[in-house]
Amino acid sequence: MFKVTWRNLVARKIRLALSGFAIVLGVAFVAGSFIFTDALGGAFDGIVSGTTADVEILPEGAGQVDTFGTDARTIPASLVAELSQLTEAEMVVGTDQVQGVFVISKEGKLIGGNGPPGLAFNYNEMTAITGERILTLADGELPTTRTEVALDIDTAEKADYDIGDEVTLVTPGDPPTMKAELTGLVRFGSEGGLAGATLTIFDAQVIKDLFFGGKDVYTHVSLTAAEEVSQIQLRDAAQEVVPEGLDVVTGDEFAADQQDAIGEILGFINTFLLVFAAVALVVGTFLIINTFSILVAQRSRELALLRAMGASKKQVNRAVLSEALVVSLVGSTVGLGLGYLLAIGLKALFGVIGLDLGAADMPIQLRTILVSYAVGVIVTLIAAYLPARRASRISPVQAMRDDVALPEASLRWRFIIGAVMVAGGVALMGGGFAGSGGRGLLLIGIGMLAILIGVALMAPVLGRPIIHALGWAYRRLFGTVGNLATMNTLRNPRRTAATSSALMIGLTLVALMSILGQSAKVSTDKAIEESLTAELIVSNATGQFFSTAYGDQIRELDGVASVTTFRQATAKLGESQAYLQAVDPRSLGAALQLPVDSGSLRRFDAQSVLVSSTRAESSSLEVGDSVKLTFPAGPKAFTVAGVYPVGGAIAGDFLLSLEGLERAGIKPEDSLLFISKEPDASEAAVRSQIEDVLVDNPTVTLKNQKEFAEEQRGLINTVLYIIYALLGLAIIIAILGITNTLALSVIERTREVGLLRAVGVSRRQLRTMVRLESIAISVLGAVLGVVMGIAFGIAMQRAIADQGIDVLSIPWLLLGSFVVLAGLVGVLAAVLPARRAARLNVLEAITTE
Amino acid sequence: MFRSAAKPIPSKPIPSKPIPSGSYTATAPGGGVAARVFEVLKVYGEGDASVAALDGVSIDFAADAFTAVMGPSGSGKSTLMHCMAALDTVSSGQVFIGGVELAGLGDKQLTKLRRDKIGFVFQAYNLVPTLTAQENIELPLSIAGRKVDRQWFDTVIDTVGLRDRLGHRPNQLSGGQQQRVACARALVARPEVVFADEPTGNLDSAASAEVLAFLRSSVDDHRQTVIMVTHDPVAASYTDRVVFLADGKVVDELRNPTADDVLEEMKVLSARSVAGTAAGH
Repeated sequence: MFKVTWRNLVARKIRLALSGFAIVLGVAFVAGSFIFTDALGGAFDGIVSGTTADVEILPEGAGQVDTFGTDARTIPASLVAELSQLTEAEMVVGTDQVQGVFVISKEGKLIGGNGPPGLAFNYNEMTAITGERILTLADGELPTTRTEVALDIDTAEKADYDIGDEVTLVTPGDPPTMKAELTGLVRFGSEGGLAGATLTIFDAQVIKDLFFGGKDVYTHVSLTAAEEVSQIQLRDAAQEVVPEGLDVVTGDEFAADQQDAIGEILGFINTFLLVFAAVALVVGTFLIINTFSILVAQRSRELALLRAMGASKKQVNRAVLSEALVVSLVGSTVGLGLGYLLAIGLKALFGVIGLDLGAADMPIQLRTILVSYAVGVIVTLIAAYLPARRASRISPVQAMRDDVALPEASLRWRFIIGAVMVAGGVALMGGGFAGSGGRGLLLIGIGMLAILIGVALMAPVLGRPIIHALGWAYRRLFGTVGNLATMNTLRNPRRTAATSSALMIGLTLVALMSILGQSAKVSTDKAIEESLTAELIVSNATGQFFSTAYGDQIRELDGVASVTTFRQATAKLGESQAYLQAVDPRSLGAALQLPVDSGSLRRFDAQSVLVSSTRAESSSLEVGDSVKLTFPAGPKAFTVAGVYPVGGAIAGDFLLSLEGLERAGIKPEDSLLFISKEPDASEAAVRSQIEDVLVDNPTVTLKNQKEFAEEQRGLINTVLYIIYALLGLAIIIAILGITNTLALSVIERTREVGLLRAVGVSRRQLRTMVRLESIAISVLGAVLGVVMGIAFGIAMQRAIADQGIDVLSIPWLLLGSFVVLAGLVGVLAAVLPARRAARLNVLEAITTE
Repeated sequence: MFRSAAKPIPSKPIPSKPIPSGSYTATAPGGGVAARVFEVLKVYGEGDASVAALDGVSIDFAADAFTAVMGPSGSGKSTLMHCMAALDTVSSGQVFIGGVELAGLGDKQLTKLRRDKIGFVFQAYNLVPTLTAQENIELPLSIAGRKVDRQWFDTVIDTVGLRDRLGHRPNQLSGGQQQRVACARALVARPEVVFADEPTGNLDSAASAEVLAFLRSSVDDHRQTVIMVTHDPVAASYTDRVVFLADGKVVDELRNPTADDVLEEMKVLSARSVAGTAAGH
């Protein structure tokens, strides 16, 4: 039997290549996700270990990465001198590290900044745990004065700066922008990779003057061990000298902690990508089932002959499955290779949004290979099992017959099973909405998948009215050719439905995302319109914080009535992350109208917080309760002064006062400024004054309410586009699936095509026929998908209405254009099969067996 | 009924006149010629491996007549029909359908010719499975965008006796009914010529008789030209004339044949063919 399998594989190269394609793409997505996240992890791990010395000393708890908001605590410089006495230490270096120092290129563009940090510190000659110097001076000289800086090589190149040029910098301090002469270039570690982060080197005293008020302090102190001294011995020795309130950590421990924390964030990215890989695989499974079903159907006579010659059911079954196995192995191998290319593509995609991996390694780990093959083989074997089982049921006597019909389960059973799956999926989704957190999301996801597969099973029945409606239009527009196309679509409802289901799944998700995105945009617009009283807003489009100096300067301008400052940070509430906003309670009212569900704004002060309604519910907080928020500097207790509804202008779990946040040890850096002008001042005049203040800094911009709303919409769009791009792969698989099915159908109907040509159907008419069939399949998938997407979209929006997306908005025009686009996709998918059909030699076609 | 005797075709070299009506060729009885092949050569393969399927065939097919083309397997009868029906091209020589020469026509014109001037009845797989009997019958007209002549349609339907089957799909029809639908399709567009390729090859004798009687009556009652390739002497007995091919050449013909005449001639031909094969070795 193996020989038969092998011969079949060789004889049907093209058909199998087509079915293998679905596997290739699915596996490629899985492999690509892993390779990319490994590359990401590798890059960050390299940076961490490349910057960590044998022992690191920091303010207690400052090593945590999973909070943001800059820690304001420092270490007195005198500690360095004390530590230098230790015989175990070879070198002791104090570092002042500042985040939020960005380089502006020669053309006035921000370098990096859209996610990766802008780091600044003083030069040191420290050796990292990797054995490499953390920094080396590659070219020029080190900065020595207040108007001199050095940059890392990559940043200087991207910004097009040469030594001697005047560099523009954005800083979180005062002044918020500065110009300095570039005196030298430094290389970071051995490779120079910084994952998109930028590095600015200041003179040790200058950085203290600029960002630490001239105080002789450091943000952390690093030690390298003398010869024959281990990290642990060095740590224990340092521990003796270091006072309370500081952590002394070995380099290995410190790096491992940092890498774990980063790994957690990267794990999220990997999960996010793998969700799309799963979508691609589900779509791919449909295609593999479909392809093998068609292949088995076309070979049913040959299989019956095998049975007649004495092959057992088991052998026939095994023959089909071993074909699938070979195809899956080849497909997985190619998929793995393509996954590598896809990872490069993902790198470019993430590079666009600012996560620049530079020359990072793209490792293909053993785990990636194993997962890729496992996924490819298992999915294919599952997909081929049903057709194989059906093939084995062919009775030997059918070999003698002209037309062999495969035994098929009735559509009624399919429909019933589909309906049960939909019902189960709805129940799961309901349970998911009632639950919370990751488990709730998982239930919603599984529920959606169950509904999608259920609808796919019911699609042969559900799709009939859609096909009939299209058929009516086809007959009106294309006459007999239209009729033929419609009839071809209807002749094998399972095949049509399975093929369009792939597109349906992709479009369901696209439609769902577009509805959520649109609802988010409209909700944001509404929140801004309803609650914002300030006329002008200063914000940073990249989400970075900016210097408090801007607020101070704008407050002094003529015609400005008030400036309300917002800051952001995160803290821990118990085990969970809490997202904080902070504002001056006295000027809150000047910026926006914040409605309060319970409690009062009047009790909001430095000792109290306002809580969002969702957080109040999930953490069971009421007015008057005490809530303990943990910051890097330690825990801080606040009284709950009031509860505000989610969905207004304030996103976040807690609203603190500026004073409260500063007392918690977070360095003052602003995220938003709301500006109200004097009633009689002209807006244009106020605007131009503010713009003068913000000059030189392309990241911080002035907007009116409308522009601010647009900026918010832009942020939502960015997220949407990334998701669309990732879902695009599922759509590509779906297009290939349509091409595949049509190509196989054309092969199957060679004789019919010959007959049609013989009785006078022209090549053009034949192409039109195939094209119309393709369009019908795609539009069917699109219509089902958009309908499902709308259903899911409404359900999801209702479920998360209390998390800020409180307005449902369905982008009908966009959804309609998806259907039209699907029609075009159909045309595209039909190009090759139509050409093939049209090129068939009439005589050969009618005389084929 | 007058029946002409079998007369051997002279084996003289064929003159190179254009469109001759000379006595060297198998000439149609009566006046009009619906289809004509002249010195047709059809060679498969190249060089030493080349085989002439048609080796200088010239035949006139009379209008309003029912002609059968017969011959042993490999005689070239199917190739001849394919070349005449614009399904295949000739290597050299001329083919005329209703006064139009096929040589030099492109795919578009050939398609149009098949659609408008030729009707087909194949041995099997005649019908588009997704269309009803009526839609199949109207197919050549509807793809041409021509209007169906209702009266003619009714006449054809009644002649083939399919009125109560018009809404059925091919798989709901018996083999004989399917062939009658195919015949109706071939006739409804009033083509210049109907080509029937073993139309009864897959049918039992009763169903065969129905189909052949129908083709006969379309010639007698509706002045249709029918050219049929067959190996069945009984089928051939329904025709006005049988042209015999062997080894790619016209070797004989019978007028108003009976099944016995045809059977006798076939025996002679296959004997000759076996002898020829033996002599060749």
